[in-house]
Amino acid sequence: MGSLGSSRTRAVAVAAVGALTLVVGCSGGDDSVTGGGKKDGKTVITMGLYGVMGIKETGLLEKYEKENPDVDIKAEIAGDEQTYYTALQTRLAAGNGLKDIQGIEIGRAKEITETQADKFADFAGMAGTDHFLPWKESQITTEDGKVLGLGTDIGPMAVCYRKDYFEQAGLPTDREEVGKLWEGDWKKYVEVGRTFKKGFKGGKVAFTDSASGLFNAMVYGYPEQYYDEKGGLIYDKNPAVKEAWGLASDAAEEGLTAKLRQFQPGWDPGLANSTFATAVCPAWMLSHISEKAGGANKGKWDVARAPKGANWGGSFLGVIEKSPVKEEAKKLVAWLTAPEQQAHIFKEIGNIPSSEKALENPDVKNATSEYFDNAPIGQIFGAAAQEIPDKQVLGRKDGTIKDTFSQGLALVEQGTPRDEAWKTTAERIEKAVG
Amino acid sequence: MATSTTKALTGEEPPGPPGTPGGGKTASRRSALLHRLDVKGAPFAFVAPFFIVFAAFSFYPLVYTSWISLHDVELATLDVMEWVAFDNYVELWGDSQFWNALQNTVTIGVLSTVPQLLMALGLAHLLNYRMRASLFFRVASLVPYATSVAAAALVFTMIFERDFGMINWALGAVGVDPVDWEADKWPAQVAISTIVIWRWTGYNALLYLAAMQAIPADRYEAASLDGASRWKQFTHVTVPGIRSTIVFTIVLSTIGATQLFGEPLIFGQGPNGVTGGADNQYQTLGLLLYEEGWKNYQMGRSATVAWVMFLLLVLAFAAQRLIRRLRSRTS
Repeated sequence: MGSLGSSRTRAVAVAAVGALTLVVGCSGGDDSVTGGGKKDGKTVITMGLYGVMGIKETGLLEKYEKENPDVDIKAEIAGDEQTYYTALQTRLAAGNGLKDIQGIEIGRAKEITETQADKFADFAGMAGTDHFLPWKESQITTEDGKVLGLGTDIGPMAVCYRKDYFEQAGLPTDREEVGKLWEGDWKKYVEVGRTFKKGFKGGKVAFTDSASGLFNAMVYGYPEQYYDEKGGLIYDKNPAVKEAWGLASDAAEEGLTAKLRQFQPGWDPGLANSTFATAVCPAWMLSHISEKAGGANKGKWDVARAPKGANWGGSFLGVIEKSPVKEEAKKLVAWLTAPEQQAHIFKEIGNIPSSEKALENPDVKNATSEYFDNAPIGQIFGAAAQEIPDKQVLGRKDGTIKDTFSQGLALVEQGTPRDEAWKTTAERIEKAVG
Repeated sequence: MATSTTKALTGEEPPGPPGTPGGGKTASRRSALLHRLDVKGAPFAFVAPFFIVFAAFSFYPLVYTSWISLHDVELATLDVMEWVAFDNYVELWGDSQFWNALQNTVTIGVLSTVPQLLMALGLAHLLNYRMRASLFFRVASLVPYATSVAAAALVFTMIFERDFGMINWALGAVGVDPVDWEADKWPAQVAISTIVIWRWTGYNALLYLAAMQAIPADRYEAASLDGASRWKQFTHVTVPGIRSTIVFTIVLSTIGATQLFGEPLIFGQGPNGVTGGADNQYQTLGLLLYEEGWKNYQMGRSATVAWVMFLLLVLAFAAQRLIRRLRSRTS
């Protein structure tokens, strides 16, 4: 009996210990917070990226690994930036699951510099990093001068248009002439849309893909959008926002838009089946259009200058302060954002360099796009980059407010009166920032 | 099982087994203590793993969520919490978006649950007949259940697509104007319900089938002797025979409906899905929780929605108990 009893006691103890290890096992993680580190004489650097930043896609990582055989780079790419940023915030808060190098989108730059500055390594004064456009690095610099990342690309804008549709609508097709149609004023762009709608008889084709694309293009042409320099919300007072809202609503109400949502699944069949004639396109959008519109539409698309210069999007690469391979990661970031590599990404997929030096590179300047009927995209976007306002005020919730406005314009496209849609949008923004 | 019976047996024996009269007194007391601990403590130790895991992963988050819901907290700065007492709850009560989400949750719940269970009943009835390849049909009806939400929702989103979707194409072929399945409220809710129905009908049908096969065959014989038609047999023998299973599936579907999240999120595509369409036309409570937490990054308000959802379920449960008690008293 006694021996049986004690063996049972042991079983109880084992069960209890088992339960305890189950719980404890969850709190214990690996030693490195970023997954990077030095193993077997190799330096492992992890990267968290999103969308098509061109870093992995154009083979730059393999090139770096070849030049530095002791470095092993592991890049993880999320498709959608919003999903990526949500995860990044959770991980920053938890201090766990981060990568050594993290991508930062321009819409999040302000929030990062205001709330997470101590979690990122400082690039200030690093040798060989003074080749960027003057406004680019200031966006990721904190008030006390800490530089949290280096710039990858910028988003100067142009208008992509379908030459065949323009011809059918009796509009000029040459990119110079098309650019002249709306030179200097987005109102003229919408005016061309009206002419297009009257003149086009070839079926159900809208002038532009979405009202929100037009809205973004207009708003980003001004130094201030939703916030003033002191960080106060001005979206409801800023005449630039009001003007953009009005014109985008005009286009929506008059049926000039295809009512699509950019970068969402419904947009892609629109491109593939050619249901719209123009799209306001930042440089980084070209690769998406050529991929989704496909070979059948090659040469039908062309690129003309936008009415006004504006910057939409662009990213940075930052390094996590706690990374065990911080210096190596910083070195990699500096290399990836160096003029030669930025020029390489541009040549491969068309992301416009944020490096002033790369923009002057003759390979970039004289680049043409075969898909877009050999449009001189180097020239068009290079010139557009010059027009971007030198000062751009960012705000903490820029990204969220932009998305909310896109939804508000979708409401107008679906038939809600614009005043009501504005009211709904304002309520949602107050909620989102509050 | 075997150990517990032996334990019960030994427990009934008087302490100090008769075979050890000469043993030391302290030793016997110690073994008696161990023995008592064994009998009384062992069951607790054996169920402890579940409760420890439950406490760590369910109870603690529940309590912590309620704590967060009394604060203003942003995701980016989780360590900065501002005490606001019940402000979040008061705000939610006055928020039309919350009532809209609650209403959508109920309407989508009804739209998806009622046809789903009726169709499952019919399907189970058909599967219950003797037929060729019955195993194939039974397995086939379970396949949608085994499909991931994401895959199913994505495919249905393409089928319901406005410009190039299969359904609008079919409608066009018979001369009906295309429907904007996403932008209009009721079409959107019907489309989302379709995804839910597709995924869960087969699963419920198999539950019904299992219950149907437990109904004794002589009841059907008796019914047919009385001249009951097939339909009469179905309504008077089959349905009463599986009543408890029907109640079980209703409870399961109701819980599923209140938690509806993945289908509308994917159906709306990206940021638009988080808000349940541009006009919140199909935003459920689950999506509202997600929007507050992962789009607006307001963890306090998100936690509030989570707790309100929990309280609503408790309320529904209490109401159901009350009704049952009242009904049993009257009958």
